[in-house]
Amino acid sequence: MRLDVRKTYKLFIGGKFPRSESGRTYELNDHQGKFLANVAQASRKDARDAVVAARAAQSGWASASAYNRGQILYRIAEMLEARREQFVAEIRAMTGVSSSKANAEVDAAIDSWVWHAGWSDKIDSVAGSMNPVAGPYFNISTNQPTGVVAILAPQDSALVGLVNSIAPAIVSGNTVVVVASEGLPLSAITLTEVLATSDLPGGVVNMLTGSAKEIGPWLASHQDVNAIDLEGAHSPVELEISAAETIKRVIRANSFSRGDSRGSLQHILALMEVKTVWHPKGH
Amino acid sequence: MFEYSPAPESRSLVSFETSYGHFIGGKFTKPSNLYKTINPATEEVLAEISHGTDKDVDAAVKAARHAYEKVWSKLPGSERGKYLYRIARIIQERGRELAVAETLNNGKPIKETRDFDIPTVAAWFFYYAGWADKLDYAGLGANPKAHGVAAQVIPWNFPLMMLAWKVAPALAAGNTVVLKPAESTPLTALLFADICQQAELPEGVVNIITGYGDTGAALVKHPDVNKVAFTGSTDVGRVIAKAVAGSDKKVTLELGGKAANIVFDDAPLDQAVEGIINGIFFNQGHVCCAGSRLLVQESIQDEFLKKLKRRMEQLRVGDPMDKNTDIGAINSKAQLEKIDALVRQGVAEGGELWAPQCELPRNGFWFRPSLITGVSPANTVAREEIFGPVLSVMTFRTPAEAVTKANNTPFGLSAGIWTEKGSRILKLADQLNAGVVWANTFNQFDPTSPFGGFKESGYGREGGRHGLLAYLKGGN
Repeated sequence: MRLDVRKTYKLFIGGKFPRSESGRTYELNDHQGKFLANVAQASRKDARDAVVAARAAQSGWASASAYNRGQILYRIAEMLEARREQFVAEIRAMTGVSSSKANAEVDAAIDSWVWHAGWSDKIDSVAGSMNPVAGPYFNISTNQPTGVVAILAPQDSALVGLVNSIAPAIVSGNTVVVVASEGLPLSAITLTEVLATSDLPGGVVNMLTGSAKEIGPWLASHQDVNAIDLEGAHSPVELEISAAETIKRVIRANSFSRGDSRGSLQHILALMEVKTVWHPKGH
Repeated sequence: MFEYSPAPESRSLVSFETSYGHFIGGKFTKPSNLYKTINPATEEVLAEISHGTDKDVDAAVKAARHAYEKVWSKLPGSERGKYLYRIARIIQERGRELAVAETLNNGKPIKETRDFDIPTVAAWFFYYAGWADKLDYAGLGANPKAHGVAAQVIPWNFPLMMLAWKVAPALAAGNTVVLKPAESTPLTALLFADICQQAELPEGVVNIITGYGDTGAALVKHPDVNKVAFTGSTDVGRVIAKAVAGSDKKVTLELGGKAANIVFDDAPLDQAVEGIINGIFFNQGHVCCAGSRLLVQESIQDEFLKKLKRRMEQLRVGDPMDKNTDIGAINSKAQLEKIDALVRQGVAEGGELWAPQCELPRNGFWFRPSLITGVSPANTVAREEIFGPVLSVMTFRTPAEAVTKANNTPFGLSAGIWTEKGSRILKLADQLNAGVVWANTFNQFDPTSPFGGFKESGYGREGGRHGLLAYLKGGN
């Protein structure tokens, strides 16, 4: 009989897979209480490192063409489809759902990447505008990514909720620091392995596992984070107050549905800034 | 000038069947009623092609109708989109093969098919794939509907790219299609049929019927067609518009052009020279939006023409399969004769012809890149579309005169402006009667950007959100 080789579940920061600098892990059991993995428990320092990585990657990712970003998001769907068995197995181990239910969740996650991929080069065609101002001016409004987005991922979703939190942020050129569901972290780390093989530049998505309760406040108050998604927050009101200090854009919990095979344009736009350009016309 | 060693692309990247039938209901029919398709650079026969009859057209429309009713209109947009993504990916995977096939059958340089045509084709499918599940955002309100069966007739100048411009938005919007490629350039469309099979696109969603103008006419006139999309000459556009008069068929037409490329004295001249060269000699000038009228400000005419001629002398004309070639073969003998006749008329009417003395291959159809100076707005070469590598040169003094001369044409497809002054660009862009205006660049195309003409250059747009509207009607 051959002994299987187990995977070490680590963090994902700047395109690399480090352990937590704190050296901490927490024990994750399956739905029947049997040991599954020792998951890295990210610290404040890990969160700050992740913000640095996200900031470093942001301008490059935002200046990639929309076509290029769209192809990379579609590539993520391709890679996810190719590794569906692994996701199904992890979701079932963590939650105990049936195979068909786990498969349906993976289906929705894949299709949502495809749905979001298609938006990259259409956002401005739908939500931008040429403004007929009264003077002799050319006046155009476009949408630009907000910058670095902190995401406290939904606690009750292993994959689809996570995808529907990350995709609407990165499709437009934001980079993200994600705190995965504390109780359902395995598919989050496996998702980063998909991201790492999809031509997504390192640092665009940074994944922390551990306690959103512990890390969330550091991200909410961080000076170099532009927006925070509080879907999986433990004390959302406190975090929203903290985020107000730096005028962060805040997505409150339950603002958008995250269980479907498609997202919401409003969610994408909530993480973008409108920029209006004026230029005179005349010979 | 530098000497270049031959750098031919490999012919073996593509193989054609000896003969092709039509692609109807997901299968190729038995080849019949055959004619030869050639390589215009060598006159070598590449394959034999079926000349479609009324009966073939009817079978194709029936297959498209069946696929629309039974399969395609019932699929959710997200699933239609996934088929289009598959097609986009296969085109990327088979890109070099398609580029070689296109160059062999069309005569355009491999540099262009490899770096422009085929990447644009893939991008077009990728872009419209993303629209298929977002039609509520197209601008017609919630739940817009497809028309049904689209009849699409395309020209020979960008064979596969024109197919993509037609097929991708039509399928994304939920229509099924019958497409007729040009008689002289059917091969990449037939390879596209194979791509549809690899993508497992449901049978009958895309049907390809080959043949001459009579085949296209039968397709456009077929009573069970809901939508007609045509790219080609203004003359044929008129015939089509008349043929569908009084019917319920929706029509979009992308027709001829006679674009003005306007160069002001403050333009960055070297950059402008490159743009003018690209504007008229790209694809041998077989481009409906080609910058075929140069309007240069009088004060810089001599200096500018000197630079332009020097640049034209560097153009490499010859084997389209050579990676260094700038200008390939004219697509057909008929087109070569048409270009030649118009240029002769231009000279007879007082124009002065200039062309660099480059050596031309012995077989095939060739025309030197040419300038005609001393042209007045009333001359034939200032009014009629030559559709070849021939630039007519005129001058102007003021911006207002430039606008008047640029707009002095029944066409209105595109225009170019060269000046460092932003406010002038934007003012002129407002005043030019053209569907596309390029400033300090020319011949730019992108799937996100609408393209199409004013006036006798046609109606409807291809590309972008606007391109989708041609294939949708408002729902409720």
